[in-house]
Amino acid sequence: MFRILKKEVLSPSVKLLEIEAPRIAQKARAGQFLILRVNKQGERIPLTVADCNRERGSVTIVFLEVGKTTRLLGNLEQGEAIRDVVGPLGNPTEIENFGRVACVAGGVGVACIYPICRAFKEAGNEVIGIVGARTKEFLFWEDRLRAVVDELLITTDDGSYGRQGFVTDVLREVAERSSPPDRVVAVGPLPMMRAVCRVTKDYGLKTIVSLNPIMVDGIGMCGACRVTVAGQTRVACVEGPEFDGHDVDFDELAQRLRRYQDQEREALARFEAECDGRC
Amino acid sequence: MLENGGNSAERKRIIPRRVPVSRREPKERIKDFEEVVRGYTPEEAMAEADRCLQCKQPHCREGCPVGLDIPAFIALIREGRFDEAAAKVREENLLPSICGRVCPQENQCEERCTLGKKYEPVAIGRLERFLGDYELDRGKDVPEPAPPSGRRVAVVGSGPGGLTCAADLARLGHAVKLFESLHMPGGVLVYGIPEFRLPKRIVHAEIDTIHRMGVDIECNVVVGQTVTIDELFSEGFDAVFVGTGAGSPRFPGIAGQNLPGVQSANGFLTRVNLMRAYRFPEYDTPVRIGRRVVVLGGGNVAMDAARTALRLGAEEVRIVYRRSREELPARQEEVHHAEEEGVKFTFLAAPVRCLAGEDGRVGRIECQRYELGAPDASGRRRPVPIPGSEFIMEVDNVIVAIGQGPNPLIQKTTPDLEIGPKGTIVVDPVTGATSKRGVFAGGDIVVGTATVIMAMGAGRTAARAIDAYLRGEADPWANWKVKVR
Repeated sequence: MFRILKKEVLSPSVKLLEIEAPRIAQKARAGQFLILRVNKQGERIPLTVADCNRERGSVTIVFLEVGKTTRLLGNLEQGEAIRDVVGPLGNPTEIENFGRVACVAGGVGVACIYPICRAFKEAGNEVIGIVGARTKEFLFWEDRLRAVVDELLITTDDGSYGRQGFVTDVLREVAERSSPPDRVVAVGPLPMMRAVCRVTKDYGLKTIVSLNPIMVDGIGMCGACRVTVAGQTRVACVEGPEFDGHDVDFDELAQRLRRYQDQEREALARFEAECDGRC
Repeated sequence: MLENGGNSAERKRIIPRRVPVSRREPKERIKDFEEVVRGYTPEEAMAEADRCLQCKQPHCREGCPVGLDIPAFIALIREGRFDEAAAKVREENLLPSICGRVCPQENQCEERCTLGKKYEPVAIGRLERFLGDYELDRGKDVPEPAPPSGRRVAVVGSGPGGLTCAADLARLGHAVKLFESLHMPGGVLVYGIPEFRLPKRIVHAEIDTIHRMGVDIECNVVVGQTVTIDELFSEGFDAVFVGTGAGSPRFPGIAGQNLPGVQSANGFLTRVNLMRAYRFPEYDTPVRIGRRVVVLGGGNVAMDAARTALRLGAEEVRIVYRRSREELPARQEEVHHAEEEGVKFTFLAAPVRCLAGEDGRVGRIECQRYELGAPDASGRRRPVPIPGSEFIMEVDNVIVAIGQGPNPLIQKTTPDLEIGPKGTIVVDPVTGATSKRGVFAGGDIVVGTATVIMAMGAGRTAARAIDAYLRGEADPWANWKVKVR
């Protein structure tokens, strides 16, 4: 069992859990993920490691409540425990001094981009953070990000904070600058990552995306997370989760992400009916 | 004590046919995941044991990868001395309930049975299973370990190889910790082999015995990611056994292989077996199976996947295999069970591509006919495609069961481990020693894909070598030299 040391509500339906997991805390690096199972009947879901504290032996995850499992997870309180947590899985982000790096995140991806920004900064890069949220209340970790980037550009869909528009609008401007980024990293919902790749392709900017396909084991055994990258079948859990975004077949990935949609809806509906609107 | 063979009159009495074992009716059993083959009753076991000729030169024993004293335990069953018989089995095999169910006895002990030359061989596997279950039902005593050696061994992977190695080392007095990457120990026994062939309560009970022998088990540790082999040595382990198996599924490399609805047998079976997706929504992991299912491949995994698909409600399940019936690598018994349950076979055909239906999921599969040509390196006749013989089948799911490769994670983070051309770990076959001092390996991670019992044999071999190494009696690295094939 893995004890929850801290819980925070970051925005409507986005929650943070700090979990006691000393082995993972010792090893996790930016870009890696973990897999957890809430309870005995639970499914295994992958979540990016948003932060870790080696002294406390803890890791932090941030998640959007979208289905039954993330709702169950969000209902857990400090002092309660998660049945299984395994990691760190996948390869860490390739961190080097590239010069100038633009780190783009949308929605809950902000939590994933934070350790990546920090690692790029520590490696000596000039880091430009570009962060998008639906509205002001969905934005979180602005302070934390500001501490690890040189420049932070924020957009909201409705203009309630920062610039009105999408991250791609700002990214295009950054790409147009006299000294554009040497590398772009994008983490967030699939349509956002795809849109980012379209922009950067126009400008010939190398772009790394962090994929989050359906997984079961996370150690290369089930093949559920396979994606087509540059025409090759790759297993995201052990060969990824980061790939060159210009090579990723996003259409296929989008389709593959939907393959249990009916069951996911059913599970959520039953869950909501059972807890009678109390959760 | 029993004399080898009893009196001569008894030795000559031939009972040509086996005592039949009861099986559930195909029509009934495909409705659920309960076990298909029921075991022998004590009376049936004694009657079957009575068929054994008690040969002076027991060839059956030579056919057993762990060298079980088969005539001895059968003689004890015949006399109704089940506890002693079970203890006899346990001397060489700690997992009789598992081996009795999943070993390919027809190619091992039973193939060598003298009686089998003219008649049906003694049902050694069913007798072994009977003893294992007999003991599990009664709750068995844990063997007394040797005095503590003061040495610690990390066993990586809790499949059949790791379990055997861990148990043997514990019995020899070493402190053993078993690391498992999934949330439950058992490896392929829990994620791969379905409930209807190997009930999970049996696996859990066998693992519980090993746990009671003092073996510590830590799940959720991916050696190679969570900790490296070198870090295990820093944690204070004196030796490491790697039994991480062959868990990486192969795909055919055809167009459309990543369409939704095309999945690996490993993934499909893991959902159903480990995650219990067949009990969705009580269990949260979903599984989705349509009306028409094609399974590619002809091994035991293909049979397991096909029979699982039927139980999940598929109406037509067809196995497509590129060679002919004679070359099917699956156990005959499993092929027979699959056919009884209504699984259909298309031999001498292989997929060319998968095509999407209107909803974007796989809707059709195009295959090509094959014929058998000259024998290949494996000695089997090589399948050769027949030009222009393509045909299309309508499908809702395609399950790929064309084999698994070695798990790559340990090799990736252990640079001083010598790796074979196919990604397997190279070992000295006599000791199981790898190129890295203090590290041993065995099972599918070394040989590619084999059987549960072969992995157990390798776990046992390594345990002996580790014991000798830790006691300073033998150093496998004094002149470690293995030619990479």
